[in-house]
Amino acid sequence: MLNTKEIRSYFPILDQEINGHPLVYLDNGATSQKPRQVIEAIKKYYEFENSNVHRGVHTLGNRATDSYEGAREKVRKFMNAKSTKEVIFTRGTTTAINMVAQSYGLANLKEGDEIVITHMEHHSNIIPWQQLAKRTGAVLKYIDLEADGTLSLEKVRETITNQTKIVSIVYVSNVLGTMNPIKEITQIAHEHGAVMVVDGAQAAPHLKLDVQALDCDFLAFSGHKMCGPTGIGVLYGKEALLEKMEPIEFGGEMIDFVGLYDSTWKELPWKFEGGTPIIAGAIGLGAAIDFLEEIGLDEIEQHEHELAAYAMQKMSAIDGLTIYGPTDPAKRAGIVTFNLDDVHPHDVATVLDMSGIAVRAGHHCAQPLMKWLQCVATARASFYIYNSEEDIDSLVTGLVSAKEYFNDVF
Amino acid sequence: MSSNLDQLYRRVIMDHYKNPRNKGSIEDGALTIDMNNPTCGDRIHLTLQVEDGKIQNAKFDGEGCSISMASASMMTQAVKGKTVEEALQLSSTFSEMMLGKDYDDSIELEDIESLSGVSQFPARIKCATLAWKAMEKGVSLDKD
Repeated sequence: MLNTKEIRSYFPILDQEINGHPLVYLDNGATSQKPRQVIEAIKKYYEFENSNVHRGVHTLGNRATDSYEGAREKVRKFMNAKSTKEVIFTRGTTTAINMVAQSYGLANLKEGDEIVITHMEHHSNIIPWQQLAKRTGAVLKYIDLEADGTLSLEKVRETITNQTKIVSIVYVSNVLGTMNPIKEITQIAHEHGAVMVVDGAQAAPHLKLDVQALDCDFLAFSGHKMCGPTGIGVLYGKEALLEKMEPIEFGGEMIDFVGLYDSTWKELPWKFEGGTPIIAGAIGLGAAIDFLEEIGLDEIEQHEHELAAYAMQKMSAIDGLTIYGPTDPAKRAGIVTFNLDDVHPHDVATVLDMSGIAVRAGHHCAQPLMKWLQCVATARASFYIYNSEEDIDSLVTGLVSAKEYFNDVF
Repeated sequence: MSSNLDQLYRRVIMDHYKNPRNKGSIEDGALTIDMNNPTCGDRIHLTLQVEDGKIQNAKFDGEGCSISMASASMMTQAVKGKTVEEALQLSSTFSEMMLGKDYDDSIELEDIESLSGVSQFPARIKCATLAWKAMEKGVSLDKD
């Protein structure tokens, strides 16, 4: 277990009461809180370095450029990319996946080609592909899930064919917590000549990324779920693929020469970063990476497995509580999605909120998965580095009182 | 904890949730409205039978939390037998109640009054207003 007491002390927001109770923040799947180190880095940038990048001859311009490009190098190292040419700053995971669909997808797919995703995708890894399929006449196919919410490589093999051009799969499910075998799936995609896109939004905060070991072609993640600010994310792409791809946003910052009727682009990665970039966001993300690496990504993953195991053990002791997803805690990240008999998840969330406990209730931006689970909505507790077993005890106490409250009302 | 919650989950709300009135669907010639709350997944299927400017019958089906389903049950109970004009008046009174404003207390609200506590829970107001929005949309279809 991590030293959560020390870690908590870095997060000013956690030191407050909500509805008369100490805040227990268990909605990290939606967004994580921000440590002082990240807030300070952004503040420092605005107070001492703020300037536009890649153009100033003046000192501040150089400072801003150094910090911005320094953050890119931190991201490269964080996910073990070969080169910073493969690290594109975006607004978040959604933008990154849309970039792949609109740039790579529109240029390379034609009628009859296939795009393969799964039933456990977040809307951000469904809708860009639905749209691409509609525009190109390609077919969108879903890999079915096993009963416990995992993927079997057998079904992956059955679904991916020689017509498949793109396979796009979530690394860690934001609802089930399932950790998918991305390396093996990538290998299958490659055997059929397809490119592999990975939605890493719930993976980047929680485990050690290694794009070279995965051998995936693209990987997307967001800063705000990993202690960074909102509005910054990353698209990783293999250099050879990115080199051939056209930008989807045109304007300042991404150009080389501009003529009256035609222009040329900057080299990678800047050709994909039209307009003044998200400078403060990237610097904040860099600080978040420093912070997480100081703790250790392997240690974070271990901490979350332990919390998930503890939560599943304590929660399943509550009569009438159903937990969705893999039953083996080793197969899941620190996400526990559940329903309490006869109490709608919104009502569960409101009752917990009255005790200062923040959980998510709803469809978690995964309506097709809710359909697969045959639920309209679920409640979700998602853990992070500052959560402890005591937080889970508070959750369990809250759930028991929610159940009692709703039983008493009748 | 429970005193705050009691403002939200009054007994009459839970009664409508557990024993919904007018559950189901009117089959023939009814106005049909499907509406959902995309942020949380609450869903209502409302059918209204409107004749000569009067809501003769109202039924609902759907899935959602206690507040949304109780509100739908109360809404159908309240608008049945009312003219379209009276129903819309009631709906606007309900909106004011949800916004925590002073509302017209000359109108007989009966069970609906029990939802007034929802205004203290901003995240839940949309749950309570879903059925009323569906009703407003339904009667507007009748005009077309």
